[in-house]
Amino acid sequence: MTDLETFRLQTRAWLEDHAPASLRDAAESRGPGGFWGGRRAKDAPADERRWLEVMAERGWTAPTWPKAYGGGGLSAAEARVVDEERRRLQMPPPLVGFGLKMIGPTLLRFGTEAQKQEHIPKIVRGEIRWCQGYSEPGSGSDLASLQTRAVLEEGEYVINGQKVWTSYADQSDWIFCLVRTDPAAKKQAGITFILFDMDQPGITVRPIPLISGASPFCEVFFENARARPENVIHEVNAGWTVAKALLQHERAWIGELFAGSVAGAREELVGLAREYLGAPEGPIPDALTRDAITRVAMEEDAFLLTLERAAQLTRAAGGRPGPESSVLKTAGTELNQERCALAVQLAGPQALGWEGPGFTDRELTLARTWLRSRGNTIEGGTTEIQLNIIAKHVLGLPD
Amino acid sequence: MQLIRSETEAMLATSARKFFTVNSPLERVRALRDARDETGFSRELWAQMAELGWTGMLVPEEHEGMGMGMSELCVVLEEAGRALAPEPFLSTVLLSAQLIARAGTDEQKDRWLASVARGEATLALAHHERGARHARARVETTAARGEDGRWRVSGRKAQVEDGHVADALLVTARSAGAVDDPGGLCLFLVDREAPGVSVTRQRRVDERNIAIVELRDVELGDDALVGPAGAAASALEPVLDRATIGLCAEMLGSMTRAFEDTVAYLKERKQFGVPIGTFQALKHRAARLFMGLTLARSVVMAAARAADDDDASAEHVAAMASLCKARCSDCFLHVANEGVQLFGGVGMTDEYDIGLFLKRARVAEQTLGDAAWHRDRWARLIGF
Repeated sequence: MTDLETFRLQTRAWLEDHAPASLRDAAESRGPGGFWGGRRAKDAPADERRWLEVMAERGWTAPTWPKAYGGGGLSAAEARVVDEERRRLQMPPPLVGFGLKMIGPTLLRFGTEAQKQEHIPKIVRGEIRWCQGYSEPGSGSDLASLQTRAVLEEGEYVINGQKVWTSYADQSDWIFCLVRTDPAAKKQAGITFILFDMDQPGITVRPIPLISGASPFCEVFFENARARPENVIHEVNAGWTVAKALLQHERAWIGELFAGSVAGAREELVGLAREYLGAPEGPIPDALTRDAITRVAMEEDAFLLTLERAAQLTRAAGGRPGPESSVLKTAGTELNQERCALAVQLAGPQALGWEGPGFTDRELTLARTWLRSRGNTIEGGTTEIQLNIIAKHVLGLPD
Repeated sequence: MQLIRSETEAMLATSARKFFTVNSPLERVRALRDARDETGFSRELWAQMAELGWTGMLVPEEHEGMGMGMSELCVVLEEAGRALAPEPFLSTVLLSAQLIARAGTDEQKDRWLASVARGEATLALAHHERGARHARARVETTAARGEDGRWRVSGRKAQVEDGHVADALLVTARSAGAVDDPGGLCLFLVDREAPGVSVTRQRRVDERNIAIVELRDVELGDDALVGPAGAAASALEPVLDRATIGLCAEMLGSMTRAFEDTVAYLKERKQFGVPIGTFQALKHRAARLFMGLTLARSVVMAAARAADDDDASAEHVAAMASLCKARCSDCFLHVANEGVQLFGGVGMTDEYDIGLFLKRARVAEQTLGDAAWHRDRWARLIGF
């Protein structure tokens, strides 16, 4: 038996002993994609907290991170085994969120020893929930034009300005934030990447309702908010480098999330066609509708295969996603839009309900999901920005 | 499923790239075309490829082949596609030899497989008939068994790839059933020089080698049958699916090359005093093509792996072949159409190579089923 096979058997036995039975077969834990942790999560159901606790104790919330910071210290192959065995038990991931997927990997690359010791174990244990302070009202696609100011006064940074589109800011404990520390420098050159606690008087958070209804997005206002200089990541005024590296992790993660939401497009669309077009079995009689479904369903398969191939390429390249992740973001979001639009078309007038009588619960999700999907090609870097990135960094086209 | 290349496959790709770069520049394809070369491909190069083991990759080891899989062959086909090399991989290696290997008698295997692996024999599948479009079972050619027990085959096959030089033809003919019926099809091995066989070369926009094969009361014994009479469809299906995957690998190579040439042109061509690749309208179109190629590569890789997976059902391989061909047909045409547009006026001239890729894209799209046909088939296989 190879070492990996032995490891698999041990992992399987351990998971069977420790995975709370009440969470098994749970298609999804609380919140999108799983359990998000954080200070406010102490009121979460006991089984979810227990599952996080036992996994975090082994470092298996972040299986490939170094043991020195609370990670699992596993190889990529071993981490895959843990993941596969968890899925075999149909357990949700013990922890998800911006800590594990974005700021954690970035700290491992750019953080000082003290910063890693301070922040990474808390990420692994899900003690701190993070949000991302990037976009501003005047800085969307042109992110580097951001205006939120940080000035060093008496040994502390004093922060003034506003962030927007900050996902889950109302539920997060800490923020990783881009601030302008040198207004005189060329725009990318005057930006600093800094971390600070959201629980302080200088910070106001306001949720943003969208065209689709409630949303995770928030506005965040800073009025003399405070941050400690030891929480500057990398150098002062060199935050743009960190910001860009983090965005690659973000795009790769969005791709993964889309794998979750994209998977099942075919079943959903065929099911809708059967129900609303009255074709209980056999080939869907309307050739145009059938071809439209086929196109989306084939795109789904091609996208999921590409996602898997990109993950294998990333592993082969030592774990760092390349600019190809821009392909995933664009392809995945456009596919989701096509799927959501087609779902509305298939259900026809019954897809148009906002709330109340005359519509089933499922019908009431269709239009909102479609409306929400229109944001997919804007958030996380617009499609146009992704295409610029591909043109510049993959194809080497000149500026 | 491993969707990236193994170390061996990466090494094979490197040596195949080198082989085609050195031996098969696009001028060679033009020269064959312009000279109206009688063979239409290079027998010397084919022999060299045989020495490298490429013609025998799928041939079992007991017949002097390599006994390898589609994944390895697809690596070579992709490189052949980059060079638009017209050598008879599809006709001989992917279609005919595979039909003999899967359905042939021991005598037929002994006669042909080692010879294909050695690069000596070329074979052609005479299946398509005018008007069949993409219908795989649509065969009007008849096979009638006389009182003497001998078969007489009559009909007219069109666009038979490499039919003009093939040492033997694999001919589909109908012994029973209606014209579209998958039942009642027979497969015969026919000598190209046999009495009653006449071969007329055709010319297609991509200048690949094709021919009309006319059969007039061609007399054959049972020993010419490949597989049982009336059951040819079940032999053809898996072979056509694997050949489709191989063709997609070739197309992937061609479209990747066309795309790379286009991007190079965007960097070098100047207008208004700057490279045209600085214009965002063109950058975005190039980036869109790159996205298409990225997804196409994933499905080609996955389809080749599926074809090599002994546990994969025939339906799964068929669905993967259709997934792959629908996408590659659309993607190659998209890349080639955009390529001509981005080259601008010179893209329309025969002097520039992008036109060769556009012509090949159109032919490859129509070969072994176009995108619409494969989408319909895929949906049927999946069950809606």
